[in-house]
Order: sequence, then C-alpha cells, then structure tokens
Amino acid sequence: MRRAPLVPALVFTIVVTQIPFLLTLYYSVQSWNLVRPGSQRFVWFENYVSVFADSQFRGVALNTIIMTLGSVIIAVILGLLLALLLNRHFIGRGVVRTLLVTPFLITPVAAALLWKTTLLDPTYGLINFVLSPFGASGTDWVSTFPLASVMASLIWQWTPFMMLLLLAGLQSMPGDQVEAARVDGAGAWAIFVELTLPHLRRFLELGIVLGAIYLVNTFDAVYMITQGGPGTASANLPFYIYQRAFLGFDIGQSAAMGVVVVVLTIIVATFALRLVFRSFGAAGSES
Amino acid sequence: MAATIEDTSTTTSAPARTEGSRRPSSVGPVLLTTLTWIVAIGFFFPVLWMVLTAFKTESAAYTDPPTLFFSPTLEQFEAVFDAGIGPYLANSLGATAISTILVLLLATPAAFALSLRPVEKTQDVLFFFISTKMLPVVAAIVPIYVVVNEIRALDNIWTLIVLYTAMNLPIAVWMMRSFFLEVPKELLEAASIDGASLGRTLREVVLPIISPGIFATALICVIFAWNEFFFAVNLTAANAGTVPVFLVGFITSEGLYWARLSAAATLAALPVVLAGWFAQNKLVQGLSFGAVK
Repeated sequence: MRRAPLVPALVFTIVVTQIPFLLTLYYSVQSWNLVRPGSQRFVWFENYVSVFADSQFRGVALNTIIMTLGSVIIAVILGLLLALLLNRHFIGRGVVRTLLVTPFLITPVAAALLWKTTLLDPTYGLINFVLSPFGASGTDWVSTFPLASVMASLIWQWTPFMMLLLLAGLQSMPGDQVEAARVDGAGAWAIFVELTLPHLRRFLELGIVLGAIYLVNTFDAVYMITQGGPGTASANLPFYIYQRAFLGFDIGQSAAMGVVVVVLTIIVATFALRLVFRSFGAAGSES
Repeated sequence: MAATIEDTSTTTSAPARTEGSRRPSSVGPVLLTTLTWIVAIGFFFPVLWMVLTAFKTESAAYTDPPTLFFSPTLEQFEAVFDAGIGPYLANSLGATAISTILVLLLATPAAFALSLRPVEKTQDVLFFFISTKMLPVVAAIVPIYVVVNEIRALDNIWTLIVLYTAMNLPIAVWMMRSFFLEVPKELLEAASIDGASLGRTLREVVLPIISPGIFATALICVIFAWNEFFFAVNLTAANAGTVPVFLVGFITSEGLYWARLSAAATLAALPVVLAGWFAQNKLVQGLSFGAVK
C-alpha cells in the first residue's frame, strides 16, 4: 500500500519514456525509409555499420563534444567570476542578480534569433558595432565561425545558471573559516585557492555534469542560427539525427544513431551523476 | 526560502565587517561594484535591445550605428497579432498549464512516497527518474513521431501535454522530494501521537510547509514547457503549434523585418522571464534536481 502514491508517476514515466527507446532499438535493426512505403525489412546491424562508416557522423559527434564541453567549461568559468562578484554586499545586489539571470530565462528560440540577427549580423549587428573601433567591422560571424556563433548564444544562456549554482555554493561556505584565515594573515588569493575552490568543488562538478546533460541535447540554437551549416560544420548529433529522420525520412539510420548516442550518454552520465549526487548526499543513505 | 535569505545575510555581513575594521582602501569595493554593474548590464543588454527594437519602426531597427533614442511605436506588436500569434499563445498557455498541473498531481504523491514514507528501493526509483532526463530526446523522437502519426495525434495539443508532463515529471519528483525532506520529523510524530489521520496530517501539517515548494516546482515546469521547441516543431503545425513554432514560421515569412521579429520574440519570452524572476531563488534547486538548496 505504501507504494500506491508512487505507481501513477512511475507507470506514466515508464510508458512515455521507455517504450520509445525500445522502439528505437527495434527500428535501428530495420531498413526503413518513410518515402518508400513497404520498404521495411530486418537488416541486422547494417545501419550501425553504416553509421560508423559515415565520416559526417564522426565529424558531427566531434562537433557535439566541442559544443557541449566548450560551452559548459566557458560558462562555468564566467559563472564563477560572476558568482564571486555577486558574493559581496553592495547596492542593488538583487537587481544585478535579476539582470544576470534573465538570459537563462529567454526562450531559446528567441535567444538564438536575437544572436543571429541583432547581435551577429555583419552590417547592423551590435557585436560588430562594439568591435568596430578595433577594426573588426564587417565580420560575418555566423558564416565564418558557425560553431562559435552557436556556442556564444549557449554560453550567454548558461552562464547565469552556473553563476546561481556557484553563488549558492559560495553562500554555503562557513564564514568563520574565512575570517579565521584572514586573521591568520592569509591573502585573498590564498583564501580563494585553499578554502573557496575546495569548498566549491562539488558545486563545480555538479554544474559541469548538469550543463553537459542539458547542452548535449542542444537543438534550438543550431536549428535557428546555422541550420548545422555550412555543410555539417556546426551540426551536432541532435540536429544531424533530426535531419536524417525528418528531411531524409531514414528511420532505420536515424534510430541507429539514436542508440549510439544513448549508449555514449549512459556511459558518461551514470558515472558522473552517481559521483556528484553521492557527494551531495541528495540520494544518500538518509533515506 | 527564509533559510536562503538568512544564509546570505550572515555570510555577506562577515567579510563586510572585516573590510570595515581593516579599512585597507575604500576604492576597491567601489570599483568592484562598478565592474559588477557593468558586467550585469552587458549580459542583460541583448535582452534590453530586443525589447527596444520591438518598439521601433523597421527603418529605425536597421541603422548603422544602432539607434538608442527613438519614438516608440506599438505597430510591430499589432503586426505580430495580425499575423496570428494569438492561437499559438493559447496553445503554449494550454500545453504549459495542463502539463504543469498533471506533473504536480503525479509528482506530489510520488515524492511523498520517496521521502516521508520511503518505500523499498527508493534509491533505484530516484535514479530511474533522473536517468530518463539523461537520455537524449533526439533518440526518442523517431518512434514518438511514428507512434503519434499512427494514432492520428500529430498536430494535437494533447500530444505535447503528455510529452511535457513526462519531460518535467523527473525534475518535479526530485524537487518535491527535497521539499518533503525539509518537513521536521517531530511535527509528523506529534501529529500522529495526537491521533491525526494521515490525510489530516498531510492537509494540515505538511501542505502548509511545502506549499512554497509546490509553487516553485510549478514555476520550473512552466519555464521548461513554455520554452520547449524540439517536440513542438516536429509534432505540431498550424493547429497545435506553440509560440516557438510561430516564431520559426514568422522568420521564414518576415525574416527581414527585425523590429517585427523582436516584437514576436519579446512576446514569446515575456511570460517565462516573469515566472523566472519570481522563481530565481529556486531555479538552481529545480535544475539541480534538488541537490542544491
């Protein structure tokens, strides 16, 4: 009887999230193109062989890693700097935090649109206007640096999250420890390296893991800013699989890619998440 | 929430006091504060610019150097409504509100069973929930599309509602659980000694304590559902399309009209920005599945 309150949520989640993955597994061993009705047939691991032989897939997988890790790491560093700036007592602290949080809240499609047009446009964009004194005017950011353009919008959106997380970390630091170190004559840098960073370690780990989980699924920014182009220069796995499924209608191939992505994600994420949540004790032995 | 505020004041007042007593220089803090403000405004500026552009005429939106002072006009917002954003706003509202209510109805009892009255294998169940968030959505979209197409539910708002509920449920379970765990055990024991039934204990003791948590969880779900694009663009069109879908279509037809696009983007982003400002204390708790208070 104690389980009764749990059952609806559990059943719902299993049905909606697990059945599609089982179907993905099934489709991945079929040759099936939606534009050729009746073409469905069992082909063993043919799809997987062609996925691994596909040099575009490998390039796109590399893009995904660069896009995810690059954005997460830069956002964590910027977020840490912002959190340190905000972990003080000053006039308008609440307003500043509200301003800084806002990019994270903007609908990703709208944010990507904003970057593509009013910020990165070669002629009328704000970025080129700001950089024009340095002789960078006229740069067509989106076509010259497609991957970096997508990442810029992701970093802009995710830095606030990292800031909030690390700020929570900084505020959970015992103040008397810092004071004691200061009385002992430790400098600001020594306090940061010896006390703050070790204390923040689990928050940094959590930020990296969570950021990676959310950002590996990036679709909106790629779709809006570059459409994965030129060629597949800025495509990541979600966008590439989407192209294969909804523009190429190749169900079998895209399902096989999906399975590969899931396997890779599971390997990375289970270890990382267990580690991080154990250190937080959120799912620890308390229950 | 109260705890967070207390934490803030104690930790920030300590360094402030020492700085005051040592008085190394009064210039440093002022410089740092100025820097903080500049950085914050820099981060916020693209948003401000989007809102400003939405109130411009098209000719004022396309200037080099960019125009900061202009006479505002509402014609772009009128144009966006004339282009038919209304039904899309209604769809977003419906999908967001109904999925959020469903999430709360499913997550609250589940979180209760995983916290105050822990069932066996609580750990495994919790990790099952979180693991569904780690599986890339893109790997599920193909079968979801095939199944939804098979049951004739493409371009149907209920398809999005079911998917958004599944998308937010794990976050809500983890988050609600962290709120339930904050309820003092002594209160529950006292209530049961007084002979209160479980239902009454929940209604009169637990609910008042966790209601801010329920509200925060709802806001997080609203943010994610409203901003969702991947399912919406692949599974809906003119009938059940949400605001992000409208925005994409609008770019195709009006791509060169920045002021009009900015007006549409502002309307798309506004509800969630407001919800997020209210929920900013709980954003991290929600996104970290309750790991960080």
